[in-house]
Amino acid sequence: MPSFDLAKVPLRELNQALHNVAAGTNEIDFEVLNPRGAHAVAVGIDAPVTVDVRGNCGYYCAGMNAEATVTVHGSVGPGVAENMMSGTVVVKGDASQYAGATGHGGLLVIEGNASSRCGISMKGIDIVVKGNIGHMSAFMAQAGTLVVLGDAGDALGDSLYEAKLFVRGKVKSLGADCVKKKMKPKHLELLADLLERAGITDVKPEEFTRYGSARQLYNFNIDNADAY
Amino acid sequence: MTYSNPPTVPRQSATFDDYTLSEIRRAAATGIYDIRGGGAKRKVPHFDDLLFLGASISRYPLEGYREACGTNVVLGTRFAKKPIELKIPITIAGMSFGSLSGPAKEALGRGATLAGTSTTTGDGGMTEEERGHSEILVYQYLPSRYGMNPRDLRRADAIEVVVGQGAKPGGGGMLLGQKISERVAAMRTLPEGIDQRSACRHPDWTGPDDLEIKIQELREITDWEKPIYVKVGGARPYYDTALAVKSGADVVVLDGMQGGTAATQEVFIEHVGLPTLACIRPAVAALQELGMHRKVQLVVSGGVRSGADVAKALALGADAVSIGTAALVAIGDNDPKWEAEYQKLGTTAGAYDDWHEGRDPAGISTQDPELMKRVDPVAAGRRLSNYLKVMTLEAQTIARACGKSHVHNLEPEDLCALTIEASAMAGVPLAGTDWIPGKTGL
Ligand SMILES: Cc1cc2nc3c(=O)[nH]c(=O)nc-3n(C[C@H](O)[C@H](O)[C@H](O)COP(=O)(O)O)c2cc1C
Repeated sequence: MPSFDLAKVPLRELNQALHNVAAGTNEIDFEVLNPRGAHAVAVGIDAPVTVDVRGNCGYYCAGMNAEATVTVHGSVGPGVAENMMSGTVVVKGDASQYAGATGHGGLLVIEGNASSRCGISMKGIDIVVKGNIGHMSAFMAQAGTLVVLGDAGDALGDSLYEAKLFVRGKVKSLGADCVKKKMKPKHLELLADLLERAGITDVKPEEFTRYGSARQLYNFNIDNADAY
Repeated sequence: MTYSNPPTVPRQSATFDDYTLSEIRRAAATGIYDIRGGGAKRKVPHFDDLLFLGASISRYPLEGYREACGTNVVLGTRFAKKPIELKIPITIAGMSFGSLSGPAKEALGRGATLAGTSTTTGDGGMTEEERGHSEILVYQYLPSRYGMNPRDLRRADAIEVVVGQGAKPGGGGMLLGQKISERVAAMRTLPEGIDQRSACRHPDWTGPDDLEIKIQELREITDWEKPIYVKVGGARPYYDTALAVKSGADVVVLDGMQGGTAATQEVFIEHVGLPTLACIRPAVAALQELGMHRKVQLVVSGGVRSGADVAKALALGADAVSIGTAALVAIGDNDPKWEAEYQKLGTTAGAYDDWHEGRDPAGISTQDPELMKRVDPVAAGRRLSNYLKVMTLEAQTIARACGKSHVHNLEPEDLCALTIEASAMAGVPLAGTDWIPGKTGL
């Protein structure tokens, strides 16, 4: 198993090795030691590899991931899995701001809490947070699903487009144009699938509340000016 | 005795002129601000207010048709493994697919490639039309991140992190429902027909310290190959340039307030930002103080129309310029041949700016499949290339007259200003004097 000790080798070597993974190789399980808060760890991967990062990372860990499974055995700074395309990123600890920002696909699991702006501008990614999320989460979220087992902070889903939000705990407040919606069978199915993929077995889809866009701000209307 | 008031000619108010009155009536009727495309239409101090001095006894010129005058420019020499080399110091600015039609994007790519320069994507992602037809393509990394994906990042030749635009420093993009066709909607992951207000701030960083980390991430993802530009609107050019350099930019793109836009509020276009002329010297000063002039390249845009404008921007210290509006005109925007149709839209050729409505008679700022057929990408590309070549020849003509063997050798000393304002902004003496307001004497 290729192992990179970031106390000894520069970050560049790690990312270059991850980008050089050839199709059909057997060397697809990577380990990263001593990340010590480094930024841009395991970014831009475009191959079905696994990466185990043993420690805490800084900004943009696993940014723009495609196909890889990255597990961080620690906490991450802002923008984990930002703009992820596919694959899976699991954070065993907590995540700072903008977790999963603008992600197009794949699954991001945060086992701890996520800070503010979790899922900002998400475009198709699925995000499951076992703990709580901070304010302004799912701001301008376009597509994908955000599942929160704990509570959500202020202004959840402000200016939301078509992303689906499910929160099990309390929501401090909803942002502009975000409303509570009825849970239909298809939503329960979606949730059950996501929980299973995130390895969560002790929580039932029925415990969640669904939120989505009221679609009132989709086209400018002068009578809505106060909401802008 | 009855007093009769002798008639005077009716007098219009300078304050409440016709345009202002019509705008008040428009606002009262609709309840919404005016949205339009293009750049500022008001007059501000500009390159026209500068003149070159030319050669004299103490400065000898180069022979017009024989002695070489270089025009190439290399961008991204600071950190990128693969810098870009352009044959001419004029690039095509970022204009989004969505705001422009596919054939228009293709024409820009063809024209730029023929002339040996680059084009730039825009809000809404990279299209095959532009990647296929642009030999050198700069990929914009915008706050909306519409269509942003690592594959396109890797197949770009350079990356431009957009912080702001001159037409609207501090504003996000705007693409209204009429132009959100199925293709545009799919590229942006949004429902068809809704108004798209792109974010004005990046979703995952704020401030120069974060930007530095963001640039590091982009470099790591692309293996340090590609030049990374940072584009800012003309607001605080001295500090923005210094901070872009500090954040690790290879190239700073500085867009003055006259710069065009696809669509935004008229009040924004006309009332926010610094004129292009006033942006250049502070940016160059920042680069010089950091020892980075010519190491981090400066690309200036906003109202560049001719080779004279190019030469003036370079003389003030820019490495290259970038054009939006002028390139669109070259490929057919606002062409008088569509006058009858402009009239039907309540406007006239040369003034048409309702680009957000998607009904452009010239087929450029539209997603209407019938209208866009009016752009023949091959012929329009040829026109753009002709225009770029003319601008380059003009800039060379001026440079040779000033005795320069490369357009980059033009310098502020070659210029004088026609007005006190332009003199102060450009930092060159008022014509016939050695006075620069705020700098020398008085
Ligand atoms: C139709 C149109 C679309 C534009 N779209 C973008 C864009 O997507 N991103 C961006 O940074 N600037 C955009 N701009 C601004 C240009 O990149 C450039 O800054 C400006 O056009 C330069 O000024 P000029 O039009 O006077 O040459 C757009 C401009 C126009 C005219």
